Amino acid sequence: MTASEVRQIVVDIISDIAPDEDTSGLDDAKSLREQLDLDSMDFLDIVMELRKRHKVEVPQEDYPRLASLASCVEYLSPKFA
Amino acid sequence: MNDTQRIVITGIGLTAPNGNSLPEFRENLLNCVSGVAHHEIRYMGKQVAGMCNFDEYKYQSKKLRRRGTRAGSISIYCANEAIADAGIEWTNIDKSQVGVYLGITEHGNVETEEEIFQMHQNNLDYKLWSPHHNPRTVANSPAGEVTLNLNITGPHYTLGSACAGGNVGIIQGVQQLLLGEVDLALAGGISESSQTFGIFAAFAAQGALAHHDDPTKASRPLDKNRNGIAISEGGAVYVLERLSDAKKRSAKIYGEIIGYAINSDATDFVNPNSERQVQCMHKAIKRAGLTVSDIDLVNMHATGTGTGDVNETNAVRTAFSDSKSTYVNFTKGHIGHCMGAAGALELAGNLPSFTDGIIHPGMNCTDLDPECALPNLVVNEPKLVGNVNTILNNSFGMLGINSALIIKKIPSLRRTHT
Repeated sequence: MTASEVRQIVVDIISDIAPDEDTSGLDDAKSLREQLDLDSMDFLDIVMELRKRHKVEVPQEDYPRLASLASCVEYLSPKFA
Repeated sequence: MNDTQRIVITGIGLTAPNGNSLPEFRENLLNCVSGVAHHEIRYMGKQVAGMCNFDEYKYQSKKLRRRGTRAGSISIYCANEAIADAGIEWTNIDKSQVGVYLGITEHGNVETEEEIFQMHQNNLDYKLWSPHHNPRTVANSPAGEVTLNLNITGPHYTLGSACAGGNVGIIQGVQQLLLGEVDLALAGGISESSQTFGIFAAFAAQGALAHHDDPTKASRPLDKNRNGIAISEGGAVYVLERLSDAKKRSAKIYGEIIGYAINSDATDFVNPNSERQVQCMHKAIKRAGLTVSDIDLVNMHATGTGTGDVNETNAVRTAFSDSKSTYVNFTKGHIGHCMGAAGALELAGNLPSFTDGIIHPGMNCTDLDPECALPNLVVNEPKLVGNVNTILNNSFGMLGINSALIIKKIPSLRRTHT
């Protein structure tokens, strides 16, 4: 799976979890929480949806790796390989 | 009595299967417009049920709706509509002195069934169980969602009281105002029961689930051909205030709550007890300082079950044997059984009779069961009686909980028109 496809998977999940947010112009390098109204429960939802939709597991100690879209792609790409 | 010890209704917000505001609801009650339809119920297929179609996002973001519950969504809609109807200006209100008291039949079934369903779809992976499950299913959840939505910092809780919930929520609001615990109460009842298959399956197992080829005819209390309950969702939240406060802000007043009672059958898990129902109604009438002939209208709980309707008919017949002038109606023929919302919703449907003098008819009672015959029973056609000053609202529930609420018109003050 390409980096772009992994990015889209994460954006799709965020769009479902936070449907009031505009996810079209996100800066990949910036923290997601800086750009969107997301709290810790939302990140738990992202982890849950990755598991449910894509059978990808994110252990608790790796949650900080989901901070930005760029770090999400870097961390998740090997898991989608 | 001192105006600080008199509690009045100054706002109503509701959603019913046949209306999302009091004027719309009332219009449909008078015109016998049903809100019951066929819906797909998980595992069970097509069933008759009453679903509400209010705008879930009128007062709530999509994200918070997703995080919360259907019960919370109904509660938030009704509470906001009630506040708007009452003309409450939050700048004049100390939100720590506002209480939220919502009667519920049950809570958490919808969310629990959904989580189990999802787990079964995913090879019983328990790690997919939502972290939101606990806040969604704690019993105070629907009332708590209202406080989160409206930033209310006074007390909130739900009153678990089966299908007497709507009346019980209102009674709790009255009591907390009389105790001085709060200055304004958002009180009533809500239910999302028609979203959960378990309640349908359980009534089916009891042989008490309504069915009919034409779903609008499925809920038929007191009719000879009734065959059970049409399960519905809904909500009704009232703004309650002391009369002194309502006068200060020149609020419109729907009516004064002058009497109430709650008692227990102590006889059976599901079968009602007429004697206790009579005692409950009489206790409420006594508390109101009235006699039975002072009650102009009784709204029956009347769910459409064989036993329940006969028992309640006997109770009403006995309780009002000394009154020649009391009219009787019921509401579940139009909307099905809205469970925890039923008492509050059905009372709301009758309150406009204070201003229009019309009693809405019980619907679908085309062949009255002789065992359910009552003097002055209003069915199928609305009845213009001219003057309705007092309403007694019955609401009963499983485990033998009975409740009766008495509302009186306040003729000298500004009232609403629907």
